[in-house]
Amino acid sequence: MENKERENNEVQEDVTAKSVTPKAPEKKIEKTSETEKKPPKMKKSKGAVGGKTVNIIINILLVIGCLTVFFPLYMTVIIAFKKPSEMTNDVAGALAFPEKWNLDNFAEAMRVTDFWHSLGNSLLLTGVTVIICILLHSLAGYVIGRKMARLKTFKAAYFYIVSGMFVPFAVLMMPLVKQTAQMGIANRIGVIVLYVVFFMPMNMMLYTGYLKNIPLALEEAACVDGATAWQTYWKIIFPNMKPMHATVAVLTAMSTWNDVMTPLVIMSGTEQNTLPLAQLNFQSQFGTNYNLAFASYLLALLPILIFYIICQKQIIGGVVNGAVK
Amino acid sequence: MGNEDAKTEKKVKKAKTWSKNDKIFLGILIPVLVLFFLFNTLPLLKGFYYGLTNFRGYGNYDFVGLRNFKDLFSDARVGKSYLFTFKYALIMTLLVNFLSLVLALGMNREIKGKNALRGIYFVPNILGGLVVGYIFSFIFTYILPAVGEATGIGFLQNSFLASTKTAWIAIVIVGAWQGIAMNTIIYISGLQTVPEEVYEACMLDGAAGWKKFSKITLPLIMPFVTINLVLCMKNALMVFDQIMSLTKGGPSQSTESISYLIYNNGMSGGQFGFQSANAFVFFVVIVVISFLQMKFLGGKEEQL
Repeated sequence: MENKERENNEVQEDVTAKSVTPKAPEKKIEKTSETEKKPPKMKKSKGAVGGKTVNIIINILLVIGCLTVFFPLYMTVIIAFKKPSEMTNDVAGALAFPEKWNLDNFAEAMRVTDFWHSLGNSLLLTGVTVIICILLHSLAGYVIGRKMARLKTFKAAYFYIVSGMFVPFAVLMMPLVKQTAQMGIANRIGVIVLYVVFFMPMNMMLYTGYLKNIPLALEEAACVDGATAWQTYWKIIFPNMKPMHATVAVLTAMSTWNDVMTPLVIMSGTEQNTLPLAQLNFQSQFGTNYNLAFASYLLALLPILIFYIICQKQIIGGVVNGAVK
Repeated sequence: MGNEDAKTEKKVKKAKTWSKNDKIFLGILIPVLVLFFLFNTLPLLKGFYYGLTNFRGYGNYDFVGLRNFKDLFSDARVGKSYLFTFKYALIMTLLVNFLSLVLALGMNREIKGKNALRGIYFVPNILGGLVVGYIFSFIFTYILPAVGEATGIGFLQNSFLASTKTAWIAIVIVGAWQGIAMNTIIYISGLQTVPEEVYEACMLDGAAGWKKFSKITLPLIMPFVTINLVLCMKNALMVFDQIMSLTKGGPSQSTESISYLIYNNGMSGGQFGFQSANAFVFFVVIVVISFLQMKFLGGKEEQL
């Protein structure tokens, strides 16, 4: 982490240095396109990361590349605000600004897809799943992580649960549909239970790995003070695993929020929808009214986009942590 | 507390006896294991069991032994779905990893707006595959043909989704749009682990450009390459959301992934038993692929 920050600082210094010096004239750029082709020349030019002008070219290319990200989102917004009569058959019909930015499509989409209900369900499923995952998986990770070095039972339990990562949901789907129906939890409760079990291997592995950073002396000290194992966990260990809670929360929330398959097969009889599921189930009602459909898509994307804009750092950090560890 | 006593006792007869603390921990572990068994291992076993029957999803059923498993290998539709899924997974893994490595190398340089760029390129990853699929479906059916019409580019004039030859390309494009976001971020964090001194040293040795990359950078970020290849392949093998929103397996079943086939025919096509057998075989295939990947790639990692 420190390393990264240091690097960022260096980069920022460099950026300011660049903006102070007069902007590199166009000629220079042409020159470097030659040097780019002949890498041996580059070694004399600049620091370890390559020549400045090469960087400017790359910078421009990267900014242009952003269009591939923005284009579908731009199109979604534009179409969502248009009237069906404005949708002509040429490119401009879909991509030009609407004559008037009106919110009618959104109101209609909310009504058709029962938006608030679906949003509520998505929030409920994601929220409850994340909370249970953090509480249960951290506890399981702690219990297994502390004992697996010494006791074979715990070591076996560790590998047993981690091996669950190899089992995709599609494989368990059919038996689980029958099983949840028999148990009477073919509803939101069942979906939450399945998420908690499905994310257990990954999350437990993360927690067990993180536990190595927490010295055993902490627990021993608590033990000397007369704390029970239970108290030790909640008062000492749980708060100390905070960075990992963030990672687990991000990973679990993202997968839960965007998941289609689990609620699709488990809650199919309940007439409850999550946000993505509503898009699937109301496809036929959108018909050829693309403006209505896109308003609905935009509504479905907005919550996570807003969330991302607010917690971008935590989300990217969480995803990287989860993958690398 | 007695925990103290237990501790000393533990030191005397190490692993043999379980201290009170161990027992408390076991008391927590058992319910967790039961829960995991109930919703992970049990359905896996049940799936195998259903695979031995001619169950249609309702009503009575009989045992048919291993007939379903035998039939899987001669079933054209299943074979086609495996071919499609593997083709998709392979192309996706290569394409996504190549592009995201290029992007990451670019973003690891001393460029302006580094953090903003990183944030923007990550956006596709946070969006749900289903809705993204619907949005791209419009691009493929209306925007691209209109562009083709206007510019006279022949291959764009027909929707990618309408032809059995091109529909899979559309799914690759959407999958890559989302997958690149994730892999790029992981590659960037990999590139940041390579210390500056290494580059300086290799510059003194006169290595630059491709040589620097292939001899120095790549071996050092090999663990990240492994992660990305495994993750990407795994995600691609499970492809479902994009199929659901872009093609529903069509046209004429040319884009039916294994997950989609299991869902479609197993849940509503009356092939509960047969698709259970398919699902179990799919599980075995995933395990084999994961082990092979880890074995091959794990050996190539270089340590400083």
